[in-house]
Amino acid sequence: MSAPLARVPGGIHASVRHDSAAGHVSGSALYLDDIPNVPGSLEAALVLSPHAHARIKAIDLTAALAAPGVVAAILAKDIPGKNDIGPIRPDEPLLPTDMVEYDGQPVAAIAAGTLDQARAAAKLVRVDYEPLAPVLSLDEAIEREQFVAPPQIMTRGDVDAALKTAAHRLSGEFNCGGQDHFYLEGQIAIATPGEGREMHVFSSTQHPTEIQHGVAHLLGIPFNAVTCEVRRMGGGFGGKESQATMIAGIAAVLAWKTRRPVKLRLPRDDDMRATGKRHPFLIRYEVSFDDGGLIDGLDLMLAANGGNVADHTPAVLTRALCHSDNCYWLPNLRFRGYACKTNIVSNTAFRGYGGPQGMFAIETIIEMIARHLSTSPEAVRERNFYGIGRNDVTPYGMKVEDNIIARVLEELDRNVDLARWREEIVAFNRQSTIIKKGLATMPVKFGISFNRPALNQAGALVHVYTDGSVTLNHGGTEMGQGLFIKVAQVVAEAFQIDIDNIRITATTTAKVPNTSPTAASSGSDLNGMAALNAAERIKARMTDVAAEQFNIPAGEIVFQQNRVYAGNRSMSFAELAALSWEKRVSLSATGYYRTPKIHWDFATNSGRPFYYFTYGAAAAEVAIDTLTGESRVLRAELVQDCGQSLNPAIDLGQIEGAFVQGMGWLTTEELFWDEKGRLRTHGPSTYKIPGSRDAPPVFNARILPDAPNREETVFRSKAVGEPPLMLALSVWLAIRDAISSLSDYRLAAKLDAPATPERVLEAVDEIRARAAGSGSAI
Amino acid sequence: MKVELTVNGESRLTEVEPRKSLLDCLRDNFNLNGAHAGCEHGVCGACTVLVDGQPVRSCLMFAVQADGYAITTIEGLTPAPGELSVIQDAFCETHGMQCGYCTPAMVLTAHALLQRNAAPTREEIVESISGNICRCTGYGQIVEAIALAADRLSRANAPQGGAVR
Repeated sequence: MSAPLARVPGGIHASVRHDSAAGHVSGSALYLDDIPNVPGSLEAALVLSPHAHARIKAIDLTAALAAPGVVAAILAKDIPGKNDIGPIRPDEPLLPTDMVEYDGQPVAAIAAGTLDQARAAAKLVRVDYEPLAPVLSLDEAIEREQFVAPPQIMTRGDVDAALKTAAHRLSGEFNCGGQDHFYLEGQIAIATPGEGREMHVFSSTQHPTEIQHGVAHLLGIPFNAVTCEVRRMGGGFGGKESQATMIAGIAAVLAWKTRRPVKLRLPRDDDMRATGKRHPFLIRYEVSFDDGGLIDGLDLMLAANGGNVADHTPAVLTRALCHSDNCYWLPNLRFRGYACKTNIVSNTAFRGYGGPQGMFAIETIIEMIARHLSTSPEAVRERNFYGIGRNDVTPYGMKVEDNIIARVLEELDRNVDLARWREEIVAFNRQSTIIKKGLATMPVKFGISFNRPALNQAGALVHVYTDGSVTLNHGGTEMGQGLFIKVAQVVAEAFQIDIDNIRITATTTAKVPNTSPTAASSGSDLNGMAALNAAERIKARMTDVAAEQFNIPAGEIVFQQNRVYAGNRSMSFAELAALSWEKRVSLSATGYYRTPKIHWDFATNSGRPFYYFTYGAAAAEVAIDTLTGESRVLRAELVQDCGQSLNPAIDLGQIEGAFVQGMGWLTTEELFWDEKGRLRTHGPSTYKIPGSRDAPPVFNARILPDAPNREETVFRSKAVGEPPLMLALSVWLAIRDAISSLSDYRLAAKLDAPATPERVLEAVDEIRARAAGSGSAI
Repeated sequence: MKVELTVNGESRLTEVEPRKSLLDCLRDNFNLNGAHAGCEHGVCGACTVLVDGQPVRSCLMFAVQADGYAITTIEGLTPAPGELSVIQDAFCETHGMQCGYCTPAMVLTAHALLQRNAAPTREEIVESISGNICRCTGYGQIVEAIALAADRLSRANAPQGGAVR
């Protein structure tokens, strides 16, 4: 049924405005804290542990309970059901019974008439701790074999032999830091007890089903007694996937105990101390290669700082291992992943989910190989790229069938002329003594689908009303990424109606059950397809009604621009909806989708975990001040594969935003824990989020043109949320390039991420000393 | 204690505790929810409102300190229900937002900029929003929105017969 006329407004591949755009700019889009409290509502506050590791000897609530306005306090023993909110592995308590394991861990919660009263009373809770020695470093955790989940391994070929026989061999270790999500809207939930054992929870969550399950476990009630609802979040980035359960869980236990609605909104400092972040990684490697940089063997250890419990760490580690190849064929390898248990807050999902750390590892190693051979990282990459039809199997056994990295890099080069750009940088550095510039490129291949096959399913619910208006609901959540508008575009396209006729409703476990988190970049792939399925089922029924009415075969009915045509006769979509009702035909349908082709064996870390790969490339220019260590990104050029983009404006926003967020991870955003394990950067005054002046002054992001997904995704689009974050590794590599210029590009910088001024300055001094020692001019 | 604020052109008398922030006063007492609590210590800028036309972090200002001043919130910039100002419309058009939590503050900051500088350079736009953190967009589409709004406003204000720029 091809479209003979103009396209429907708000259909696919158009830059339709965000569905909440007018609400966002006028302040009328409601976040949870904007919902007026119903009479009798309580506000809650947390009591956080001041120790990274301590035994709880006694908790005295007397003073807190006597404080003005206080209605209730809860401890672990007040949890009526099971004290467990582990998202992947069991035994991760909501509140601790006898031990605290990180600074900032909630030990108790207070509910009072006002927020000020709750926060004041929380300060009156007396906890008697016996402090214990914390384990803070990854080295110590590895040495003690202290893990939150079993080690993971991925092997191919004979890495030991390869490391022995090759012409060149390098080894060493380096680190990357974690990252706070700093969603602008902090964690928040409102729990309202209903009739009998029912509990309704508004939560700022990426995973309503996990909230439903968590609250049900905590209260000891069935899943069907809990409803979780979310209209929008003020940002998520992975930080509201499992972490929202703690907030909703505490609100629900307080609501259960008081039988009154309870709101828990964390102040920013508590939010940053009490909730998990991106995992810091320690990387150890040994790599062998030939004179041209062709890698023969790679023995790689990735140690993730999991914090006190597993949370998402095992899955993050799996994704890290699955992205330590990036775009390269590695014939002999051993990847080992350690999920280290330490006394910091348990780390969690964050945009990229281990992928950034895996790529950080391999790309830094490639840069080191290039310096060792006095060649460019681009030349080393060129030798190692996956082939087409040969050398195309990943370390986990998946064939790379859709490799377009060469095309993406060509597109980047066509836009910017890399060779000339490189000459300008080298010329600048020759005449500039204090400021040094760096330039680097970064190719990205990122796997799309959850590693765990079961999560790759989605549901939707679509109603058509008799006036032709449509209500859309699906299991995905809106956190600003534009999922709702993309899915609405899909439905508008299917029905061929103006997008204004579609009302997008809040995500709720009562409408679409057993949902997956909105994560892994998969939101529109999964929910778009589920909604399309629902719309097509209704459309098929309506088509039959129209065919009968016009007395022609159903195959000749065409939906086009708000009308339904049978040759030269037609009626409006609304008229057909009303007619369908008259003929007693259902105008409501659920839709369902499961991603095809995927499978994964957790025992051997192998299979085809990803439906497809998405590709991207970036080039970044930086300048460093060799006297202060400060750095600036001067220019960034990006090309991102979005398949056939469902909404180019939305996708460009994802690309640019991800890049700047990735820059922050690698440059300014430093999580600093002191020797007692206390996070000292727990607000934006000390933890530095990129601001408008940090974004590259020359910043061009482009969507790869004419690149429909090879796989049958929703209208051949590709996922976009996470992949462009890794393009920011170009900034990391450019800073390394600028430092390396001090050795005439013969030595690799000794540098950990984030590349703060202190670290850059140290690396500058170190490379100068090394270059001088090896007899080089600087 | 009693304070009298001019909020979006309307004189409003209300009762607040001395420690109550202007942000909480606007949200709790007047149900003006467009100013958002982000960091609550004056760094992220999500709570920005205009006090006598200047961007101010309402989480750092006590309501009593605003006594007698003219406060403009995002609700005051919106011409009428269902209508948008030129700046607001430009943010929608360039997709100068994602999660929207920082957006009202960004719009207010942009409004203050364009009031004092009708034709800002790109650098001036970037500088003007440097106190407002956006975690989603990377700022590009926000800068584009403000530039577009400046352009449209200058055309609208130009003498009959053509654009100024």
